[in-house]
Amino acid sequence: MDIFVAKEVTKRYAAQTALNKVSINVPENSIYGLLGPNGAGKTTLIRIINQIIAPDEGELFILGEKLQPKHTALIGYLPEERGLYKKMPVGEQAMYLAQLKGVPKQVALKKLKILFEKFEIQDWWAKNVEDLSKGMQQKVQFIVTIIHEPKLLIFDEPFSGFDPINATLIRDEILELRKNGATVIFSTHNMASVEELCDDIALINKSKKILEGKVSDIKKTYRSNSYEIGYNGYSENLFSLLPGGYTLLEESTADNMLTAKIKLPKDESPNTLLQLVLPHVEVHAFKEVLPSMNDIFIEKVNENRASVSSNLS
Amino acid sequence: MTLLGPLLMAGIFIIPVIIGMKSHTKHDIMVLDETGWFQGKFKNNVDDNGLTFKAFTGTQNAGKDSVKSGKFSSLLYIAKPEGKETPHPIIYSEKQPDINIKNYISKIMNDEVEKTKLTEQGISEDQLKAIKSDVNITTIKINESGQEEKSSTELAMILGYVSSLIIYMFILLYGVQVMRGVTEEKTSRIVEVIISSVKPFELMMGKIFGIALVCLTQVLLWIVLTTTILGVFNTVSPNKLNPTKTEQISNNTNLSATGNQVAKVETPSADKQVGNDILTGLKNVNIVQELSLFILYFLGGYLLYAALFAAIGAAVDSETDTQQFMLPITVPLIISIVAAQAVMQNPDGPLAFWLSIIPFTSPIIMMVRLPFNVPIEQIALSLSLLVVGFLATTWIAAKVYRTGILMYGKKVNYKELWKWIKYKG
Repeated sequence: MDIFVAKEVTKRYAAQTALNKVSINVPENSIYGLLGPNGAGKTTLIRIINQIIAPDEGELFILGEKLQPKHTALIGYLPEERGLYKKMPVGEQAMYLAQLKGVPKQVALKKLKILFEKFEIQDWWAKNVEDLSKGMQQKVQFIVTIIHEPKLLIFDEPFSGFDPINATLIRDEILELRKNGATVIFSTHNMASVEELCDDIALINKSKKILEGKVSDIKKTYRSNSYEIGYNGYSENLFSLLPGGYTLLEESTADNMLTAKIKLPKDESPNTLLQLVLPHVEVHAFKEVLPSMNDIFIEKVNENRASVSSNLS
Repeated sequence: MTLLGPLLMAGIFIIPVIIGMKSHTKHDIMVLDETGWFQGKFKNNVDDNGLTFKAFTGTQNAGKDSVKSGKFSSLLYIAKPEGKETPHPIIYSEKQPDINIKNYISKIMNDEVEKTKLTEQGISEDQLKAIKSDVNITTIKINESGQEEKSSTELAMILGYVSSLIIYMFILLYGVQVMRGVTEEKTSRIVEVIISSVKPFELMMGKIFGIALVCLTQVLLWIVLTTTILGVFNTVSPNKLNPTKTEQISNNTNLSATGNQVAKVETPSADKQVGNDILTGLKNVNIVQELSLFILYFLGGYLLYAALFAAIGAAVDSETDTQQFMLPITVPLIISIVAAQAVMQNPDGPLAFWLSIIPFTSPIIMMVRLPFNVPIEQIALSLSLLVVGFLATTWIAAKVYRTGILMYGKKVNYKELWKWIKYKG
């Protein structure tokens, strides 16, 4: 079942349209990436899901029900621009925010203590927020987002500002949340994390959704039947061994190993390529070249831009 | 600050009195009375003015020299006038004598000269005492049930003025605190986290009510503590406090209206009478009614203005930007305080009526009017308009707050705010 569905959501601000009939379906217990260039409308959509603002048109459903104020207890939100009250002690603030989400006081206290230890900030419980470093503050914010064990988590640029160690910590947390049954929506520009974590994505550009689906499916759609060979033992041009119809995409050398990316003719099997080169080289690596989400993103957005301008002209 | 406040407030009243009591520099005034009329008439007045009078025997020039050399501080030289003319005394001194001394001497001499002249006309001293009167008016209110209550005009005026001052101060103080809190939440970005759990309206009202309670607690604490401290001081050194201060305050408030200052030299009996009137008047002031109306107007005024302050806080990005919006909001408050004096002079006039009805000025002006028996219908009208007032400002503020709280980087002006108010959903 889809834990969250948005149907034709539209939002206009005085001069411009922020979202134009955007529909997304978020499968339960998945990690869903919300991608798009700056200003595409991602944050607006996220705010609508969190009921911070209301859409002009369209409907939203969570767990099959129409989205209502009571559902805020099911959602955990970590905004992109995150903050805390600077002069309030950390522990007290965490307790307040937890109770705001409906967690009873005693339960909150216990859970927070456990989480603080897990993230190694237990010594800072009584200190004011302004005494903590940025990374520690962000850990606190993260903890406060997950404290009420929400079914749906929404992170807006969760990795921004974290050093590699803490970024890994967050990443592991996200995976564990999914393991425990939660669904995670996150909006990001960090395509590497999308690559690593996301099951499904939606790509939004200029207030419209231009792509949605399982990451693996999308990649397959964009595959171009290209393969990468890592080899050595052939000092001459490998490409010359190949008949027509093949394209050399890229060639590189590293530590004695040569790598070539070759595009096969349509519907040609990779085995044919192997058979062609095996007699001549020592093959060390062979795999399909799947487009990175980064490339797909760029390609799709440019494509969209081109079609928009061609529509206009 | 809660505890410091009353101490400071009481201090404002007490410290000048204490300093005043102790700090009179001693003046020895040598009297060279060539007329001989004022023998023994200049009584030492060490306590109030630090004055001691001593007779001087010698010439005018010798006296002047003694002043120059510092043997005594001043020489009062009364030359024998021509015939029946009034003597024209001269005070020679190193430093300019203060006005109290001049007035004191002047009064004594005036009394003497008057007495002499009257005696010459054939009126004896006893007859004189009988003539001299000290009319002191006792004010008694007759309320509906025909009961008579002793009231005190001075006390009523002071109470009214002080209550309105308190309301003015606290509305400003705590309204600004609401504004600061809202802007802080906006700049620290915590607001987005919070409004994913609660509605913006709830957050705004929570803030307003929370600060209202703090404010009310502090005001009541101040009133209780200040009156306690003043009361203690009054029992310790009675009558030092009330009459002088009463006169001073009514003098100050009358200053611009009448343009002259009542002389500080009062006859002791008048003092005591006023003091007693005040104390009895105090008992008769309907404390419960006054206090409950005070609280109602205070809350109403606060809620009205706090909503507007919250709206400003939500509209701007930082505290420095709040200045341009604060002015229009504080103008009605300032008008109220300035008009308060005029209202005290004419509590039933049109200015007083309209200002005590309009919600923006009514909390302050109505407080000033209350001691002068405002008809109950006017109070009811004023209170209901106040309620309407704060409901209206809260509604406007909610619209501005909801949009402004997430809006960063946009330079906001009134046109923009108007758009936000019209903007639905």
